[in-house]
Amino acid sequence: MRALLLRDLRLAMRAGGGFGLGLAFFLIVTVLVPLSVGPRTQLLAEIAPGILWLGALLACLLSLDRLLALDWEDGSLDLLATSPLPLEMVLGVKALAHWLTTGLPLVLAAPVLGVLLSLPGAGYGWLVLSLAVGTPALSVIGMFGAALTVGLKRGGLLLSLLVLPLYVPTLIFGAETARRGAVGMEAETAFLMLAGITLGAVALLPFAAAAVLRVNLR
Amino acid sequence: MSLTVSDLTVARGGAPVLEGVSFTLPDGAALVLRGPNGSGKTTLLRTIAGLQMPLEGTIEGAEDRIAYAGHLDGLKPTLTVAENLSFWASVFGAHDGIDAAVEAFNLKGLTTRAAGALSAGQKRRLGLARLLVTSMPVWVLDEPTVSLDQSSVALFADAVRAHLAGGGLALIATHIDLGLEGEVLDVTPFRARPRIDPVFEMDLS
Repeated sequence: MRALLLRDLRLAMRAGGGFGLGLAFFLIVTVLVPLSVGPRTQLLAEIAPGILWLGALLACLLSLDRLLALDWEDGSLDLLATSPLPLEMVLGVKALAHWLTTGLPLVLAAPVLGVLLSLPGAGYGWLVLSLAVGTPALSVIGMFGAALTVGLKRGGLLLSLLVLPLYVPTLIFGAETARRGAVGMEAETAFLMLAGITLGAVALLPFAAAAVLRVNLR
Repeated sequence: MSLTVSDLTVARGGAPVLEGVSFTLPDGAALVLRGPNGSGKTTLLRTIAGLQMPLEGTIEGAEDRIAYAGHLDGLKPTLTVAENLSFWASVFGAHDGIDAAVEAFNLKGLTTRAAGALSAGQKRRLGLARLLVTSMPVWVLDEPTVSLDQSSVALFADAVRAHLAGGGLALIATHIDLGLEGEVLDVTPFRARPRIDPVFEMDLS
């Protein structure tokens, strides 16, 4: 299990692993928004939490089609499915590796990019907290979508269409937590909802993904 | 523990391909599957490996004891030969035997090379070396000798013989003669008869 995690991290770091892809996309979106909106600090500060959350979500979405497709193409997925490791655990660990290489860098980069969007000072803590708690849900939901579409040629578009509606609750409560934090309102309720969504997704979706993948490997 | 397959019907894409396949493979024995292209060898092997469900029949003694090698080797091009092998070793819960596997398939000078830089035959050898490090008793091999040269085929045959001598089992679909003293099963007589879809039948009435 540890070996699988280390392998996925190593693959992401090596050439062509796509480690920086999500981060670079996040950077581009948040750097370009102030340029397109213009020098209106007040407006930027208001939309900053929403922009940061949307950027993080789309950056995550961008990396999903590599999640299982590469392992499927080279036959690793067949071999993992016939190994003594439970498939649920394999997918859970792969989702964790995806979060460590995609979600975590976004969480760490968000406060720096918040400055570009003149995010109010009170918002930084809630922004980082909401992203740290919300992005794991994006990875496991993405894993479920990837398991549904594995084996389809150019399944990326279908994957995005399937996953986007499932991302909506995370986006709503994540961005709401960050927004309320930024304007100094009580943010705990939205934050607890976000945490609930993440916990539910992490607990259930590896099983759903494994069940779907078993059907898809046939 | 032996591998027993009884009255197995396997399907590809919902359509039955082979039916009534039965055999028992005792410890230390090999079974070579033969049959023309498209006769269902791969489907049979994937079913026995647990990658798909049989339509009918049972398979005993296969679960969590299988090392499967299909048409693809499951290698990561950016990892080195040694990293690929040690990954699969730990997935299968084995940690020694990597050196022996490297030795057995003559990969010694290549361990630090990235798997993506290997030739097709070298990749295949690495894929087969993976079988040794899994330390699983049942080998299910689908065309293992594709793109191997003659001396590598001999290395592979030696590895299978050593595996069988250690009480292992091997199920091999191949077109060439490996010189193994195992039974040969031609799958052609088991080809499934065309069936009438029960749903379609209901529509007619």
